[in-house]
Amino acid sequence: MEENLLATAATNGAVVTWNLGKPSRNKQDQLYTEHKRTVNKVCFHPTEVYMLLSGSQDGFMKCFDLRKKESVSTFSGQSESVRDVQFSVKDYFTFAASFENGNVQLWDIRRPDRFERMFTAHTGPVFCCDWHPDDRGWLATGGRDKMVKVWDMTTNRAKEIYCVQTIASVARVKWRPERKFHLATCSMMVDHNIYVWDIRRPFIPFATFEEHKDVTTGIVWRHQHDPHFLLSGSKDSTLYQHMFKDATRPVDKANPEGLCFGLMGDLAFAVNDSLISSDTTRKPYPGGDRRYPFFSFKKANPTEQFAHVSSALSVFETILDSHRMDWFVKTAQLYLLSGKPFVELCDHNAKVAQELKRPQVSTTWTMLRIMFSDPANLAAPTPNHNLSKLGSLPLMNSFSMKEMASGMGAESRLERSKGESRQDNIHLDWLDHSHRFLFNPMSENEETEGSEGPAEYMFGDAELDDDELYSMDHDNQAAEEPEYTLPQEAFQLRHEIMDNPSAPEPLQQDKADSPHVSGNEAEVTCLTPIESFSLISISQPLFSPHLSASFFSPIVREMLSYYAEQGDVQMAVSVLIVLGEKIRKEIDELTQEHWYMSYIDLLQRFELWNVSNEVIKLSTCNAITCLNQTSTTLHINCSNCKRPMSNKGWICDRCRQCASVCAVCHHVVKGLFVWCQGCSHGGHLEHIMNWLKSSAYCPAGCGHLCEYT
Amino acid sequence: MASPPVPGFTCQTNRKGNSAPVWDSGAGRSGRSRSDSECNAAPTAKSLARLCSRDKDERTTALEELSQKVLVCLGLDRPGSAQLSKEVLLHLLRLSSLCPLKEVRMKATELLRTAQEEGINVPRALASGPSAFIPAKELLIDGPNQDILIESFLSLGRVDHLTMVMALHPAYLSCYQRTQHALLELDGPLPCHWRHYIAILAAARHHCAYLVHQHSAGFLEAGGEEGWLCSLRHAPTKLRSLQTLNKLLAHRPWLITQQHIQELVSPGAEPRWSLAELIHAVILMAHTHSLCSFVWGCGLNPEPDHVGGYTFQPSSPGHLPRSPHSPAHEDGRPELVDGEVEVELLMKRMVELQQQQECTQEEMVTRFERERSESIPTALVRGAPPGLVLCLVEEPEFRYEDFAPRGEQSPHIMRAQDYSWEDHGFSLVNRLLPDMGQLLDEKFQVVSGLTYHRMAMHEDVDTCTLRKALWNYIHCLYGIRYDDYDYGGVNVLLERSLKVFVKTMACHPEQTTARIYHAFWRHFRHSEKVHANLIVMEARLQAALLYTLRAITYYMR
Repeated sequence: MEENLLATAATNGAVVTWNLGKPSRNKQDQLYTEHKRTVNKVCFHPTEVYMLLSGSQDGFMKCFDLRKKESVSTFSGQSESVRDVQFSVKDYFTFAASFENGNVQLWDIRRPDRFERMFTAHTGPVFCCDWHPDDRGWLATGGRDKMVKVWDMTTNRAKEIYCVQTIASVARVKWRPERKFHLATCSMMVDHNIYVWDIRRPFIPFATFEEHKDVTTGIVWRHQHDPHFLLSGSKDSTLYQHMFKDATRPVDKANPEGLCFGLMGDLAFAVNDSLISSDTTRKPYPGGDRRYPFFSFKKANPTEQFAHVSSALSVFETILDSHRMDWFVKTAQLYLLSGKPFVELCDHNAKVAQELKRPQVSTTWTMLRIMFSDPANLAAPTPNHNLSKLGSLPLMNSFSMKEMASGMGAESRLERSKGESRQDNIHLDWLDHSHRFLFNPMSENEETEGSEGPAEYMFGDAELDDDELYSMDHDNQAAEEPEYTLPQEAFQLRHEIMDNPSAPEPLQQDKADSPHVSGNEAEVTCLTPIESFSLISISQPLFSPHLSASFFSPIVREMLSYYAEQGDVQMAVSVLIVLGEKIRKEIDELTQEHWYMSYIDLLQRFELWNVSNEVIKLSTCNAITCLNQTSTTLHINCSNCKRPMSNKGWICDRCRQCASVCAVCHHVVKGLFVWCQGCSHGGHLEHIMNWLKSSAYCPAGCGHLCEYT
Repeated sequence: MASPPVPGFTCQTNRKGNSAPVWDSGAGRSGRSRSDSECNAAPTAKSLARLCSRDKDERTTALEELSQKVLVCLGLDRPGSAQLSKEVLLHLLRLSSLCPLKEVRMKATELLRTAQEEGINVPRALASGPSAFIPAKELLIDGPNQDILIESFLSLGRVDHLTMVMALHPAYLSCYQRTQHALLELDGPLPCHWRHYIAILAAARHHCAYLVHQHSAGFLEAGGEEGWLCSLRHAPTKLRSLQTLNKLLAHRPWLITQQHIQELVSPGAEPRWSLAELIHAVILMAHTHSLCSFVWGCGLNPEPDHVGGYTFQPSSPGHLPRSPHSPAHEDGRPELVDGEVEVELLMKRMVELQQQQECTQEEMVTRFERERSESIPTALVRGAPPGLVLCLVEEPEFRYEDFAPRGEQSPHIMRAQDYSWEDHGFSLVNRLLPDMGQLLDEKFQVVSGLTYHRMAMHEDVDTCTLRKALWNYIHCLYGIRYDDYDYGGVNVLLERSLKVFVKTMACHPEQTTARIYHAFWRHFRHSEKVHANLIVMEARLQAALLYTLRAITYYMR
């Protein structure tokens, strides 16, 4: 290769080559002004000295032969702005071009008419791409969407095999020589550091160079077979040669601890082994146990130079006696359905649910209060208070610790089928993440890789919060009602890490840590107010006050249907009654009736007659209220002739006698009739009571010793 | 609380398979009878809001209810009946002219007429049509863009003049509305009434009574204190500390430095802005400033329910309604014979430009400098702005000044590749205010790609060079240079009258007059002129944002 040859691209569209070996002072060799717009990138062919490729803002790529005055061929990307062009290291004729619209195109240098293939790699501009020096089919791309993706091009469709999420848009990406899985990245905005990633460990950088004081504009490995020297230039007017041994290793500073709240009020907590082993009352989770497919140790891989971290995961669960129906009875008895202002009813019921350790139901009540009470009343009971209560109560009182019992993992989650709709989302997320995991199989321990689901899930959740807080829009926020009362927000999740037990590399840490460890204060300063905002926002009306309650009706309707389908018809009916007019016309009569019937039926099975009666009374369905009006038929037999009394009145038409005559006053008893079970004589309750106070014998004179208790 | 479903404990809800809410007439009737019981109250804003329901029946019911209430109020047989308040009358007036739903419009007109017959002094819109520059027949409420107008009526509750004019470009309107909604309504670091107040301050800088009115209404609705509107002094210090930035951003954004940012954000600053809040405020201000350009550039008339947009005086025949703040409609454009020739000449130049040879770097810089320093007379003194607006402006004499007055040491120009929206601005905004970057990016892209492939009377024209020239000319006025753009093109493509318009609109929007508007592109459609307005507006927004974002980046460094 020619050592003295240099090519530059200019913002005005000029491509210039320089020959440093020229004897004269002017080293300029060739000047091409064929591009109309800024030229973003020039690239020499890896083996052909005279072949130069350029990519420009005008959407064209041109191939130059430095021995000729004009370009040899022109490739039209049919789109705006080529951001990067790279010759393939292995395939002589192939080059890749990345575009501002997120596409990557592959071209054959011999065919200027049409690209070989095209795929969308990123949302937003793809700033850079780089072919793997050894592996023929691997192409790394970096984009404004803060991602580095590695594509496998050997298959028919370009397949994303690795993805690294960075904290700023990726300006340059370069594979590290001699290290198959390493690549270096730098950013053009905000973040000045250079990171070297192990793509199998996408959450925390393998190494970091923090020397630059302004954004890094370019990076290159000094020699194509030497992995130890990295050169970088920066806007701070410095050029650094970094020795790899000087790099900081973020892993060392990472904090392999994590804390996360589940929707159902559970708490998962992972901590470094060394910390927890001192506490003998708690046993760390037995790693590698196959019974719990989501947890297993990753075998230490000597080829990966990562710190070995092991931590224990503990899950604190709210005890839910899922098989007992105590909660049903208690709830039924304690709920207030009427007789107080709406707000108080909601608060009361929320408290009841909370005490019965049903945080989700409790949260729902709180939400309903916020949604349907007048904005004016909102200020009075601060939901913030409520939040903290939610957050701390379970920690203090209502959690019992289970030593990694079967409570963790999917089984329990599914078992507790009484989740809220949110749960589904989380599940999805979680799948997503574990899915992503499956993309980094290591040849040795592939089978253990996928097993980090839950740990990752915790993580995903934490990350999700953060993003969603920003992005939730008006409707969403209302739609995902539990979102803002989830206790999770009360914690600074960003700093905690959920690690899988004794994973050799704390790969999950990266997401949480790298933004902070890298010392970017801007991130911190901007995060804090937003985070606090998310808490405060509850106490302000989230929706403009003119939004009528009917705005929420569809959501509440869904919520009720959800509860009903989950089998908690109690909740559905209670809410229906408490909300009354506010929601009733939203739900079709038949459904309501059905709910009422189910609930009343249940109440009666549990012999909660009073509650069932109250529900009937409060219901507005005609079909239900008439339950109380349909006269209860009592079949009466005459006490004399033992025949059924068919006609109305008090005289048996067979034996012509008054049926129930008071033994004391000999009048017909209309009302409560009390009789002795021994002699079957009786009469007015009061008369009998008085009688038996003075005499022990039956007032009818039959001589039976009646007892009145 | 999870339990395996006990038999008989589950409940199937979708028995009828009909889970949609049923707004049957029964529900509507009960609603009305309920309000009838309280019917002495005049129609409230709430009942008017129901007119925007997406459900047709619901709207019909609401309309019926509204008319009943109005009629009850008019009912003279009952002496104690409530009078129709001014607000309701104005609301009806607005509905009668600016509601895209025909039945509502008709009903409102009818009600107003009835009211007048009953002897009530009924207001009358002063302006004829949304714009003083564009004939009302070009901007019909039931024109070809009715769909998007209905959509925005249903979602925003009203269609204003701004929307009517923008609806000439539906693609732009929809992304504009998304941004506006996200800026003012959605979750964000600033409280809602603050956002409106910041927008008011920004609009006041350009004496834009139209936007000040609009945001004042929004401000009060969001629970803002009325006192703030009377004077800046009543607003919190934190908001007042934005004034310097507001002033610079409106008139000379290139003067914004990291010191300005530091004063607001640094830990010592009192009151302190967080970066997220600041960037929200900055985008709000820049957005509003550029919107002012649009409002003035299109000569928008005050809304019928704004002060100055209506009158209770009966119209005197022969007296053309004139809006007080927009200049007289100077019609009688001289019909030039060479008009068509002009357009053809322009097209020829556009083609030529694309084939032009490169020139040297030095020549390019010279051309840029020439464009930048070309003196375009814009100083046209106008009457003082309304008091309501003026009391919110500090240092009203601070105005745009040419980026580099001749013979003076110019501030450093900004080279586009050093700080561009695509590479730098977007990343910063997205980092501090997620989603906003995406929305703005989308808006810029829509504007830069917007074309109908026609020009004046010609179809199938690639207007790319012309649009680019316009965009770059505005950036040039704000001192932003593209190395790969030949500014000779600006001179060739943009006639002087167009430059006068663009510069006035971008730099002194409050001085735009009908004469300036009518002077350029005499044979172009009005929608094409509005298109030019959009380009100016967005280019201006981007320029202002770039300077501020650069300062913030420097501060964060």
